[in-house]
Amino acid sequence: MTQTPTRLPALVPPPVELPPRAATLRAEVRAFLAAERADGAWAPRADVWLSGWDERFTKELGRRGWLGMTIPTEYGGHGASPLDRYVVTEELLAAGAPVAAHWVADRQIGPTLMRFGTEEQRRKFLPGIAAGEVYFGIGMSEPDSGSDLASVRTKAEKVDGGWELTGTKVWTSGAHHAHAFFALARSAPRDEQNRHAGLSQFIVELDAPGVQIRPIPLLTGAHDFNEVVFDHVFIPDTMVLGEVGAGWHQVTSELAFERSGPERFLSTFPLLTALVAELAGTSAGHDAGTRRAVGSLVARLAALRRMSLAIAGALESGAAPELAAAVTKDLGTRFESEVIDAARLLLAIPPDPGAESGYARLLADAVLHAPGFTLRGGTNEVLRGIVARGLGLR
Amino acid sequence: MTDTSKELSELAESIFGDADSSETGFDAALWESLEQTGLARLTLPADAGGSEAEFADAAVVLTAAGRNAARAPLVETDLQAGWLLHAAGIPLPDGPLTLATGDLDVTRTVTRAAGTLHRVPWARAAAGIVMLAGDQVLLFDPAALTITDGTNLAEEPRDTVVVEGEVTAAGVEEHVGAQLRLRGALGRALLLAGAAEGALAAAVRYAGERVQFGRPIGRFQAVQQQLAIAAAEVAAASAATSAAARVADADGFGAASTRFAVAVAKTRAGEAAGVVARIAHQVHGAIGFTREHDLRLVTTRLWAWRDEDGSEAEWAELIGTEVLDGGPDALWPLIAGAP
Repeated sequence: MTQTPTRLPALVPPPVELPPRAATLRAEVRAFLAAERADGAWAPRADVWLSGWDERFTKELGRRGWLGMTIPTEYGGHGASPLDRYVVTEELLAAGAPVAAHWVADRQIGPTLMRFGTEEQRRKFLPGIAAGEVYFGIGMSEPDSGSDLASVRTKAEKVDGGWELTGTKVWTSGAHHAHAFFALARSAPRDEQNRHAGLSQFIVELDAPGVQIRPIPLLTGAHDFNEVVFDHVFIPDTMVLGEVGAGWHQVTSELAFERSGPERFLSTFPLLTALVAELAGTSAGHDAGTRRAVGSLVARLAALRRMSLAIAGALESGAAPELAAAVTKDLGTRFESEVIDAARLLLAIPPDPGAESGYARLLADAVLHAPGFTLRGGTNEVLRGIVARGLGLR
Repeated sequence: MTDTSKELSELAESIFGDADSSETGFDAALWESLEQTGLARLTLPADAGGSEAEFADAAVVLTAAGRNAARAPLVETDLQAGWLLHAAGIPLPDGPLTLATGDLDVTRTVTRAAGTLHRVPWARAAAGIVMLAGDQVLLFDPAALTITDGTNLAEEPRDTVVVEGEVTAAGVEEHVGAQLRLRGALGRALLLAGAAEGALAAAVRYAGERVQFGRPIGRFQAVQQQLAIAAAEVAAASAATSAAARVADADGFGAASTRFAVAVAKTRAGEAAGVVARIAHQVHGAIGFTREHDLRLVTTRLWAWRDEDGSEAEWAELIGTEVLDGGPDALWPLIAGAP
């Protein structure tokens, strides 16, 4: 070219190979899932990591060593690599298994406690997380703080021996079942010059005096979300997570882990599997246009998995590929809705939210849950802002 | 990226970056550099004049070629025609090679062939034109052919070749045809991924330079959102194509895993091509739509290459057929592997 082209930052880390033991692990997980399904323990569902709360299933995973896999053995974990955990997680999600009970604890509370937690905090929570017996939520958003997380108003006031929290958190999935959550609160007055300063994270046990949990029904009426209200809730100094004032840094490093996992493109995979089951062997399934539509979805999915795995490999080697994670989540969450469009247009089976299981139920759940896909964990518009910054545009 | 592939990337970038891509037709000076550095026959065996590199290395070189709109038949020489000749045991002519497809009348003894071959890449510049007819590999001497110039959307040579006379021929095993198709698709997909990067880079640069309403247009969220969408497409094309090259290295072109990975790569890169070209042009405004601007060098290649070596419709149909023939239980193992 006559002009030297701008070299782009790396949009995706180099490809990784899964460790050799991944194949054995994958086979074990698949055999377990097949046996569970044969027993009728659960039916595959869409968006299971939000809605599939099943403590029996979670404890069974814990018993098999498939929770808290990356937590060191001294804290009850298994000292495995993040790529091992990736294999287990993607198998569970692809099967549409009920993973909501342990989801937050396994994905981000465990790694965050290992990174920022004290010895006491680790000993208190990690063994229960790895056993599938201790469940967590996330307390970031507030009624007036969504995408603009730095605007949180929940107040933490220093008192003798600890802090007093007052404020309201919203959209906390599973708070009505969970034991504790990480709350982001303002521990110092707001500084307009540095909006990210003065924020801290606290580990709040949800049965503490002064904590009120109220359901926020989803548009379907289902109870997954909650509002968590604190009225002068006492948090001992020992339950401050990481450093006072470093909450912003801690929360954003948590988000890097949260954005690129297989849950960002597999929420509707059980519907895709059901679509294939309905089409296979039928005349519609032999139509070239149908095959192209299915093939295109599978190609997009396979590419997303490559991106997500590459990021998992980079995270394992200590990198924080924020830009790659943002593009993967943007693309992956849009893909989840593309599956719905294909499912609607390739088969004339109307969605039925009242069906016990099967295609009509999967389609109904997927359609009614779809608005959440591109909102949770940072809206796609916010993610594209991160990408634009990574490209040097802002 | 390993040290070796970083070095290779820098070498490729410097060679392609120095070439003049705004002209049309074969770039003889560039080809000479590629031959001198061993990049022209990168993956071929040493006894075919090759460098015996892996496809992961070819991925680095071909994405750089695509990014810089290189005017050279690298895929045709290295991945297709050279490999086919070597598989057939026919000595390779020196210089750039190309692969033709189509129907010819071939004599029973395979010493003479006649017919017309359409859209032969780089035929006018090739030292040897190769094709696979049934289980026979045919090599034509360009001097004995009638070649009429034609082009693809990017003005790359896609010529009409009239064959009438003697050919060199040798038989190959049956599976060679399927592998040849995969090699072409992988090579083209890597070029596409590179051209998509080039178009995005140009659009990002332009958005930072072009001032309207008192600020660079890249400061507007509407423009940022579009460029971020293009970046996601570039990332997907890059991930799918580099993965396919690795699978080809690990499992070989005869493996079902490679066939799936290449089909995914060509489909995904082909889908990305249209989105990235559209956004790159939209961001550039009218100037990008003119001959004087270099954006066309990569966007016309995106439009041309997505339809060559099988469009995304063709490769997606292959994937869809495999998925629907395999049924629901085979779907996830197809994507994540069967332990």
